[in-house]
Amino acid sequence: MTEKPVPTIYPETRHFWDGAAAGKLLLQFCTECRKHYFPPRPFCPYCGGRAVEIVEASGLGRLYSYTISHLPTPGYEPPFVVAVVMLDEGVKMLANIVDCPPEPEALALDMPLEVTFEARGAFFIPQFRPLGSLQ
Amino acid sequence: MSRASIAIVGAAETTELGKVPGLSQVGLHADAALNALADCGLKPADIDGIATGGHDVAEINQYLGISPTWYDGTSVGGCSFIALVRHAAAAIQAGLCTTVLITHGESGRSNHRSHRPIMPSMQQQEFEAIYGPLFPPMRFTLPVMRKMKDDGLTEEQLAMVAVVQREWAAFHPRATARDPITVDDVLSSRMIAYPFRKLMCCLVSDGGGALILTSAERAKDFPAKPVYLRGTGGEGAEGPMVSQMESFTSSKAFRVSGKLAFETAGITPTDVDHLMIYDAFAHLPIYGLEDLGFVDRGEAGAFISEGHTRPGGRLPLNTNGGGLSYMHSGMYGMYALQEGVRQMRGVSPAQVEGAKISMVHGVGGMFSAAATVVLTNEDSW
Ligand SMILES: [Zn+2]
Repeated sequence: MTEKPVPTIYPETRHFWDGAAAGKLLLQFCTECRKHYFPPRPFCPYCGGRAVEIVEASGLGRLYSYTISHLPTPGYEPPFVVAVVMLDEGVKMLANIVDCPPEPEALALDMPLEVTFEARGAFFIPQFRPLGSLQ
Repeated sequence: MSRASIAIVGAAETTELGKVPGLSQVGLHADAALNALADCGLKPADIDGIATGGHDVAEINQYLGISPTWYDGTSVGGCSFIALVRHAAAAIQAGLCTTVLITHGESGRSNHRSHRPIMPSMQQQEFEAIYGPLFPPMRFTLPVMRKMKDDGLTEEQLAMVAVVQREWAAFHPRATARDPITVDDVLSSRMIAYPFRKLMCCLVSDGGGALILTSAERAKDFPAKPVYLRGTGGEGAEGPMVSQMESFTSSKAFRVSGKLAFETAGITPTDVDHLMIYDAFAHLPIYGLEDLGFVDRGEAGAFISEGHTRPGGRLPLNTNGGGLSYMHSGMYGMYALQEGVRQMRGVSPAQVEGAKISMVHGVGGMFSAAATVVLTNEDSW
């Protein structure tokens, strides 16, 4: 099995990956609109304003939608879950659901999730698992 | 009363469709272009505007030996060709050129592709592709579980989309998949990306198509029955990250595009005799019917299951069998246009008797963009 893909990082997104390496999920926040947004960019996608801040997310969210892929994919053992997570801050992120069987029965829409970070080469990749699944 | 200002006077697909191992991507463009030129009795020297999507338009231009005064290489995926129809119409009306050739060719199956396909790559790579959704069946389908929960869409209804389109494909000798299928066949076909099974996913084909547009006043000089544009059509876009769609139950790009197309044509959904909605996967006609306003939100699954879009139904939809059964090279929008033109010329193998208005709607990328045009065989309305 070849390696899982790693992100190509650009100057505008470096902070996000540095944050992930420190165990933090970083979003951005527009001080005019009072809204969080993702993925990173140095301005607000709602108003075009540059008055934005980097903030740490709660790391909590809910399962918004998903597919369970049966297709061969570099670094992945099918079947695996490709999910969209709705963070408590109101932004959507793609992720895999980990520590959870890749079965519809185990994947109830809107179930609570928490962020975890997967080491991948020199990178740390935000992933989500069912809330409390470590207990 | 309004008079048509732009007409499609030439239209053709590649000589072969489905499996064409002897032609490369550029060769498929050219084969379709030469067929469309022959369809209207023109030569490359008669063309002064050229457009294509997903391939460098200048390369197609050089390969065909054209000297244009206008070109357009809009590449937003499969609906590019539908958008290019309206761009070409605007260019002709503005006097930038007189006769536009729009080409498409794709070696989806035999894989004789261009070296550097035109694809989005930055944020989609950094924040989506790293999680493994490398192929359309696991990415384009991502909103569907949400739609099933919020709008009551069912797996059986998704299966019915494939069943009904196979009924239409049976009329077309050039369709790849023509044998009847049942809901059980679809729901027992191989799981690709839950909840999508093989028969809910498009074919992978080789092929091409081309269109030639000019002013309506010249249209009657050509051999085939002219097919006119009614209104300007529409287009809309969100972007290549499906996870960032504003809504998972409705496509903003579809809504914006469809609204413009209806408003500028001066029609409502009940005026549409024939409809094409690009179906790379079984959920796209569902989103399309709702977002274009043919049914209310949450009703499209039942509308298709009740038989309204099948042969004999009141809204004939995807009458070539669509990407699920006719062919799907990768950027299928051109084939939706070709069937719309055949229907308006009255020559489709699945001809809708007396049809006067055809709407052609397509998606680009994975809910990334959309375009819509309204075709008619009437020169005034
Ligand atoms: Zn803002």
